[in-house]
Amino acid sequence: MKSLAELQAIREKTLNRINLRKEEESEATRVVIGMATCGIAAGARPVMLSFMDEIQKRGLQHVTVSQTGCIGMCRLEPMVDVIMPGQEKVTYVHMTPEKVGRVVAEHIVNGRPVEEYTIGAAEK
Amino acid sequence: MRDLSLHILDLMQNSIRAEATVVSLSVLLDDNGILSIIIEDDGTGMSEELLSRVMSPFATTRTTRKVGLGIPMMAENCRLAGGDLQLESALGKGTKLTATMDTASIDCLPLGDLPGTVTTLVTMNPDKPEFVLHCQSPKGEMQFDTREIREALQGVPFSEPEIAAWMLESLREEIEPIFGGVIL
Repeated sequence: MKSLAELQAIREKTLNRINLRKEEESEATRVVIGMATCGIAAGARPVMLSFMDEIQKRGLQHVTVSQTGCIGMCRLEPMVDVIMPGQEKVTYVHMTPEKVGRVVAEHIVNGRPVEEYTIGAAEK
Repeated sequence: MRDLSLHILDLMQNSIRAEATVVSLSVLLDDNGILSIIIEDDGTGMSEELLSRVMSPFATTRTTRKVGLGIPMMAENCRLAGGDLQLESALGKGTKLTATMDTASIDCLPLGDLPGTVTTLVTMNPDKPEFVLHCQSPKGEMQFDTREIREALQGVPFSEPEIAAWMLESLREEIEPIFGGVIL
């Protein structure tokens, strides 16, 4: 195991950020990824890890990533919902790790959903 | 599923759904090249009736669709690789899944990104259950237990991106020498 001492250092660094976030709970952006059999088979795991990686690299403070089950549209997996405070939920379909960078930069950071990746564009 | 680590991610979701408090995963490669994947949980368990039909693709507990492919697909991949999938379960006690395959078989799936699977499970389920991982091959072994890490973190959740990054890297460092060049 990589040293637990190293983990302690990471803990200290993270702690301040968490306290900050708690004060502004309603401001948090939620990223929800479908992780049932269909999502996993379609590639949800690398998508999820890419989101974590991108959020860490950019040091984004108010973003949480979580999972959900199958919502019955298996053909569109991997699916990702991005829920930003004060905005309508945006559902992205057929996600890939390559698409994650754009979703984070354009939508989560700058507030403009990437229309061409959304369920609306896919179902036309 | 393209590799075994994706099957593992999928099958362990069953344990989480069964409200387990501890889920343990063992990935064991013996001297004869037989790979065993054992997933054991202390969740709700299955009734005899459910256990008897759970190998069927048309058995599922979910309501969003009528098929449940996780277990039957893994069972099929085990059989293709000269192995088998067995389930033991009792209501209120939990479930134990044992999957075996012969790594010498051309149809044996590669192990894939096991560190990615474990990191995903832990960060997506930061509060419970606890995960225990045990990997062993003739080249060595390792243990990983989220209870130890939880204690070291003192309240900082596993879902923090920095913690996930640490976990992924640390698991890669430890698992690579055990299965690297053999089944990765």
